[in-house]
Formats: sequence, C-alpha cells, structure tokens
Amino acid sequence: MPKPFLRPLRKPFAALAAVCLLGSVLPAQGAEWNTATLLEQLSKQKSARGSFVEKKYIALLDAPVESSGTLAFTAPDKLEKRTLKPRAELLRLDGNTLQIEQAGKEPMTLALSSYPEVAAFVDSIRATLAGDRKALESSFRIALNGNAAAWTLILSPRYSRMSDVVTRVAISGSQAEVRKIEFSLPDGDRSEMLITRTAP
Amino acid sequence: MSLPPPPPLSPRGRRWPLAIWLAAVAVCVLVIANTRFVADLSAFMPRSPDARQQMLLEQLRDGIIARLILVGIEGGDAAQRASLSRELAQRLRQESGIIGVQNGEADIEARDRAWFFDNRYLLSPEVTPQRFSATGLHDAISHSIDGLAGDAGMLLKKILPRDPTGESLALLEQFAGSGQPRKLEGAWASRDGKRALLLIQTNVDGTDTNAQAAALERVRAAFASLPGRSADNRLVMSGTAVFSVASRERIEGDIHRLAAASLVLVILLLLSVYRSPRLLATGLLPVLSGILGGIAAVSLAFGNIHGLTLAFGSTLIGEAVDYSIYFFIQRAAGIDAKRFWRTMWLGVASSLAGFMVLLCSGFPGLAQLGVYSMAGLVCAALTGRHVLPALTPQTLRLADLSRPAALLDRIIAASRRLRPALIALVLAAAAWVLWHGDSLWNRQLNALSTTTRAEQALDESLRADMGAPDMRFIAALTAPDAEHALQAAEAVGAILREEIRAGHLGGFTSPAQILPSLRTQNERRAALPAPAELKAGLDSALATLPLRADRLDGFLADVEHARQQAPLTREGLAGSASALGVDSLLVHRAHDVLVLMPLKAPAGQELIDTAAIEARIHAAGLKDVAVLDILAESTSLFSSYLNEARLLVGGGMIVIFLLLLVALRSLPRALRAVAPLGCSIVLVTAGLLATGHSLTILHLIGLLLVVAIGRNYTLFFDAGSHTGTAQQRRQVQVSILVANLTAVGSFGVLAFSSVPVLSYLGSTVGPGALLAFVAAAILSPTPDADPR
Repeated sequence: MPKPFLRPLRKPFAALAAVCLLGSVLPAQGAEWNTATLLEQLSKQKSARGSFVEKKYIALLDAPVESSGTLAFTAPDKLEKRTLKPRAELLRLDGNTLQIEQAGKEPMTLALSSYPEVAAFVDSIRATLAGDRKALESSFRIALNGNAAAWTLILSPRYSRMSDVVTRVAISGSQAEVRKIEFSLPDGDRSEMLITRTAP
Repeated sequence: MSLPPPPPLSPRGRRWPLAIWLAAVAVCVLVIANTRFVADLSAFMPRSPDARQQMLLEQLRDGIIARLILVGIEGGDAAQRASLSRELAQRLRQESGIIGVQNGEADIEARDRAWFFDNRYLLSPEVTPQRFSATGLHDAISHSIDGLAGDAGMLLKKILPRDPTGESLALLEQFAGSGQPRKLEGAWASRDGKRALLLIQTNVDGTDTNAQAAALERVRAAFASLPGRSADNRLVMSGTAVFSVASRERIEGDIHRLAAASLVLVILLLLSVYRSPRLLATGLLPVLSGILGGIAAVSLAFGNIHGLTLAFGSTLIGEAVDYSIYFFIQRAAGIDAKRFWRTMWLGVASSLAGFMVLLCSGFPGLAQLGVYSMAGLVCAALTGRHVLPALTPQTLRLADLSRPAALLDRIIAASRRLRPALIALVLAAAAWVLWHGDSLWNRQLNALSTTTRAEQALDESLRADMGAPDMRFIAALTAPDAEHALQAAEAVGAILREEIRAGHLGGFTSPAQILPSLRTQNERRAALPAPAELKAGLDSALATLPLRADRLDGFLADVEHARQQAPLTREGLAGSASALGVDSLLVHRAHDVLVLMPLKAPAGQELIDTAAIEARIHAAGLKDVAVLDILAESTSLFSSYLNEARLLVGGGMIVIFLLLLVALRSLPRALRAVAPLGCSIVLVTAGLLATGHSLTILHLIGLLLVVAIGRNYTLFFDAGSHTGTAQQRRQVQVSILVANLTAVGSFGVLAFSSVPVLSYLGSTVGPGALLAFVAAAILSPTPDADPR
C-alpha cells in the first residue's frame, strides 16, 4: 500500500471505505494495481477522443431515448461533448467555465461552481479522464472493482446537493481507456454512455 | 489733479438711486428665497435636438435606471458575506422607499421562476392554435422528447409531465444571454468571488438628490446595524443616486471652500489698497448686487439654479469687483468720471455680447451661466454707476500707491522691450497648437463628468459583476397607454425575432416578455383548447411517441387553469424581479408610456447595425420606433455641441472685436486692444495642451471669459495712454493690476477644485487673465507724452 493513498483519508468513514476498497481490490490485483495506479495511468493520457452512444432510461417514457456524438478530452481540464443526434448540442468544459451551444440558439456560458447539479455530471467524467484524484475525492467517495483489463470505478457523491441529482456514477474501462459511463438517478432513472475510442 | 472734481450730487439726487437699489435688492432676495437649488448633472449634459433622443436620454438618466443602487459587501469570507447579504436584504425589504431587493436568494429566485412556469401559457410566444392542434402537439412533444436525449435531458424530464410542449423553455430562451451574477453560498457574488452583490430598487425620483441621499443613508444604516457584521466588512455602493449625491457633496464642499478662499483673497488685496473697511464694504456692493441679480434672473428664467452656475457666480467677483476697483482708484486720481464710464460701459457692453452667445447653447447649464453673467454684470455695473457715487466721499484717500505705481510704470515701460520675444513665443505656441489639429479637442462624453475615476471604476466593476444588461443598443417607442405600448412592443418583438433568426441580432429584452398586452394574453388563452378537445388531440399526437397520455394529467390541468385564470397585471407582479424588469422597460411618464427594448449584438460581434434594423421595423409599418446606439448618439451629440460651442465662442469674440472697432473708431486701436487677448488665448491653450489637457466646452467658455476680463485691461491701458497726467496714467495702471490680481486670485482658486467643470474653468481663466495683463502691458502703447 503506497503511503500517499492513505494520507488524505483522515475521516473514519473514508477510512472504512478505504478498507472495503482494499478488500475488493487487493485479492484481485495484488499490490500492483489499485485506484492510485489506475488514476495515474489515466492521468498520463494527455488527450483522448472517441465517439459515444448514450441511452437514457426514463420511467416517464416507454422506451429509452438515444443520442450520439463525439467526446474529446485534453488534459488537464478541457472536455468537449458534441452531440450530433437527435439534436446538435455542444458542451465545452474548460476549467470552471461551461459553455453550452444548441442549434439555433445563443451560446450560453456559465460558471460550473454555481450549478452543482450540472457539475455532478460533467466533473465526474472529466476528473476521471484526467486521473485527478483530488478533484474526484473532493466530491465523491471512490470504489474500484475488477482488474486492469476490465475495471469499474464507482463514484458516490459525498454531499446531498449532488446526490439529489446523481446517486452513483459507474465508470468502466480497460487499462487507460474509458468505455462506459453510467449515471444512476435518485428516482431510479439511469443513463448509459458507451464510448468507442477513435484516433486522436 | 488737472481736471475739476465731478459736480456734487444733491441729497435728493443721491437718494433716488439708493431707494431703487434697495427695492431691487429686496425683490431679488424675495425671488431667491423661492428658488430651488439643484445639483444633478443634467444641466451639463447636452440637450438633444431630437425630441425622441432627448426623452430617451432623460429616461436613462431619471427613469428606473437612476433608481437602482448596486451594492457590494466586501471583507470577511464568502459564507459570512452571503449571510450579511441575506440579512441586509431582509431589513431593506421592510424599509419604506425601497421597492425591491435582489440578491440571488434561492427561495426568492424559486418564487420568481415559479411565476414564469405557472403563467407559461400566457407568456410563451409559441402559444398559438396550431401548436395545440394534434399535429402541433405531436411536433412539440416529440421535440421535447428529443430534448430528453440531450445533455439537459435528466433535468428536463422533471418539467415534461406538466409542460410537454416546452413553453417554459421557450420563455427561458427569450432571456438567454441576459446574464445573472454568479452565486456563492446562496447569494449573488462578484466574478472573483470577493464581494457579495445586491441590487436595490428605490422609489426615489432621479432628480431628487435629497431623497436619494436619504435612501443611501438608509442602506448604510441598515448595514451598520447588522449583528453579523465584523470590523473588516465594508459596504460599497454605486449607481446614479450614488453619483448624484457624491457630486453634490463635492460641488457644495468646493463652492464653500473655494468661495471662502477667493473672498478672503480679494478682501485682503482690496484692504491693502483701500485701507478702509467702509470703502471695502462699499466696493463689494456691485459684486453682491450682481450675484443677487444673477441668481434672481436665472431663477425667473429657468425655475431653478444649478450649483455649478452658483460656483461660476463666485467668479463674477472677478469682473464685478473690477468695476469698483477701477472706479475708486481712478476717481482718487481725479480722472474724469464721464470718460471713465465711457470706457467702463464699453467693457460691460462687450462682456454682454460675449456672454450672450452662451444663451444659444444647447447645454442648459451654459445658458444659465449666460443669463447669470449678463444679469449679474448689468446689476453690478448699474450699482457701480449709480449707487457707488452716492455712497463714496467726494475725495478718496486710498493707500499711497505712488511708489508702487511708479515702480509698475517702470516695469511696464521696460517690459515693452519684450515685444519681439512675446511675439516670437506666441507665434511658436500658435504653430504648436495648430499642429495638434483635431486632437486639440476633447470629444469624450465623460470629460465633464463630476464622478471621480475611482467611482467610475467601482461602478464598472459592480455592473460587470451584476451582468446588468448593457443599455447601449435600444429600440424605443412611445404609446398613449400601457396596453398600446405593450402591443407595439410585441409587434416590434416579432420583427426582432426574425432578425435573430437571420443572425443580425443576438437577442432582445422586452417588457411584453414579462407582461404581455391584454390582447395577446386573450389571444393565447383563446388558442388553448377545452379539456375534451385537448385530450383528443393529445391522444392522437402521442400515438407514435413513447409517451402515454395518462402521464400528462398535470399538463391538462395546467392548460385548463390557464384558460380560466385572470390576466396578468403589473399589480400582480409587486415585489418580484419581474416587476423590476417591467418597470425599467415600460416607463410611465406624464403624458405617455415609453418602451425600452435593450438589444444584444449577435455572438462574437460588438456592434448592431441599428440603421438596418430600424429600416426593417419601419418597413413593417412601425414608423415611430427608434433603434439607437446610445454611445454613438451621445458621443456624436457631444461632439456636435463642442462644434456649436466653438462657433458660439468664436462668434462671441468677433462680436466683442466689432464692438471695440465701432467704439474706438480706429482699426489699429481696435487691433491693439485685442492683440494681448489673442496672445493670452494662444499661450493658455498651449499651456493646457502641454500639461496634457485637451480642450472641452468649459475650456472654451474659460477663453471667452479671458477675453471679457482681459479686454478691460487693454481698454484702460489704451485709455490711460491718452489720459491727462503721468500720475493719472500710473493710477490707471495700478487699478488694472489690482483688478487683475483679484481675477487671477478668484479664478486661480477654482483650478484647485476636484470638480472637473470648475477646475477646467479655473485653470483656463486664472492663467489667462494673468497672461492677458502681462501681454497688455508689454503691448501697451507708449504714452502720448511722458512728462518725466
């Protein structure tokens, strides 16, 4: 167990979570592979591009709704989600600034810190892609399942203003590649985004 | 004394002027007692030639925008600032005179948002009969379902059951781009997060500076009484009210301080010459009469008098005191009174001519100044002519000025040798001034503003933090009543929406977006189908969509409620952010209603083609709508007023020259009389440029004053050179020097004012009067016959 891993975990509850995490990770991986190594591996990716297909399972609707487009990440804090179908949309996150563009509408710029409910969605993805452990841990409790070839990082919001919006974020992938992001909502609805990596 | 003293006046002859004078003074005092003294800045803003622009500028100045106070709380940490913001808002909401306080509090914002949501079927421009047909519903709902697939889907699904056609989103879209401040700890905060922000709306008239001061004091007192406040918390405020109150304090302070300083200066100077308090008191009578007469005249002509006019008034001392100085000193020298008064009246007449041009000015403040100066000078001259002789002993015993007079005479004689140097200097300065070309003139709108740089910087930073709509581009119209005004705003809005789609416009704000006209509300209500019809339409609309009708019961209920609800009115908005929005854009005035629709440039652009948009609105038959770029309008207005002032001041100077030419009946003498003034103007202008000042209207007025005052010097130098004895000539020269020193003193003091308008005038007239005297001395003609 490398020392830096324990250092931020001062609160007993977090420590408990860490113990559970160790229980789930160590038997599968040995001392070689854990959250720290995964995030470090992710943080080495300076940029990544991919296409995505997102399905939302909403109780109100009889069938899931689907959208698709491209994703691009540039370390350390730029994330661009370009939706092409069913309607063109662009989300561009740069630092604390979130820019939203929708076809035929004025672009909108807002400060992420003023909208925790939006931050819950975008910041979890960005911080994971960046391997930014500090950012992740400031908002989420982290758990890791699986192995280097097929892992799932489970993020649970620490604070109610975020958990009112998202109860759980599950990010899965293989090695340094993120392949699926799932959001679970308090009302039981969920969304599932499948990512296919494309050449940068 | 070679000339006989003037014949003594009979007691009766002495009494009449005094009686008339006392009566006139009493009338003036009576008028002044009923005079309103104002200090708002409007008098020194250009008066627009175009009535429509005029009303717009007035509205921007005196309307709702003048009633907003931007407040920042600084110091401490973000959480503490946010809680102070909430406490302050809560206290202020209970204050009378404060209509609304916005600070981003969640429950108040939620209430405002709920209002828009609840009234969406009356507010949304999309509500039409087609939209609520089966196909219309199908299109709108499938559009909403597509929206669920998008980024905001998980947020939108909450409103879909009650608003499947997306009316609340259509409303939201109208306000897109009108930024809101960022929020920190549940309250508005500056961009850097170091300041909590509040927006206060008062019910105080923009021109009522006393009430504005009281409102600001209430905010300060409320803040000071907050229990959670710590020592390092500060309150900062900005807005028109803050500017007005601060400028008034500054102007008043300056008037008191500077008037006192120049009075003391003049009194000391005169005492040293007169050596008699009685003579001093008598000598001030023309000045005081002039000031009283000036104030009374302005009050009668304009209904009020501006603080700045008064401040200029104190400088009338400069010219009016000269009358008694010339009178006393030259009378003591035994100079023929007839001859003296002939010179004096010529001076007064040419001053009147000079100031008369101010009456044509488009600046109300300058017109006041013209009336003030003309009335004041006439009163002062009449008092000097008819009251002074009645109150002064026949033979005056002044301080013995023969030795300084002799010294002065030698200096003046010696200074004549400087003529070539002076001419060379003036030519060089003139060339340098001309080389500046148009950069000689200061065309900036805020050049005369009485607000300090620090105040402006605070205002800009608070406004930027607040994301307040930029009121630079505006479509404006008037209508006889609110209903017609809103209908017109809706018609204009329809064209503006097309302009947005065509990419010519980024967005616009209209009062009809918050409070539609009754006609439109009724049309929208009529577009909503009855329950059974809506149910049927919905069933057929949803047939091919993944949404079942039974999920949309909330929608059916809300539409039915909208069909039955009473129309929205301004009264129903009281206290909400919407009320503030409507009041600022739908302005009730004495005889009509003014609509202001701020426009936003397309993304990535700074400018709007106002002419093109106005043309399209006019082409649609809406002829009375003006689309304005306020910045360009005011800058060009200001520029045109500077041009006007240049013409007027130039004209005034020419009139003065012509008068001199007629009176002196000799072109060379007239030229000699104005040459020193020309030198002074050139040198003062060069001096101002050298110290980094380009010329504003006030500098121009200052130059006109230099001509008015300096002209007396050259006239008396001219008269002195043709006057009797050498001793008399020397006395004349002394009288000119004393008069000059009082002018330089009283105007020079103004140069130290922190109010730009006053300091510009002081820094022009003070040095200008001195230079006029020096140049007049250097260029003065060699005496006819020097007995020495």
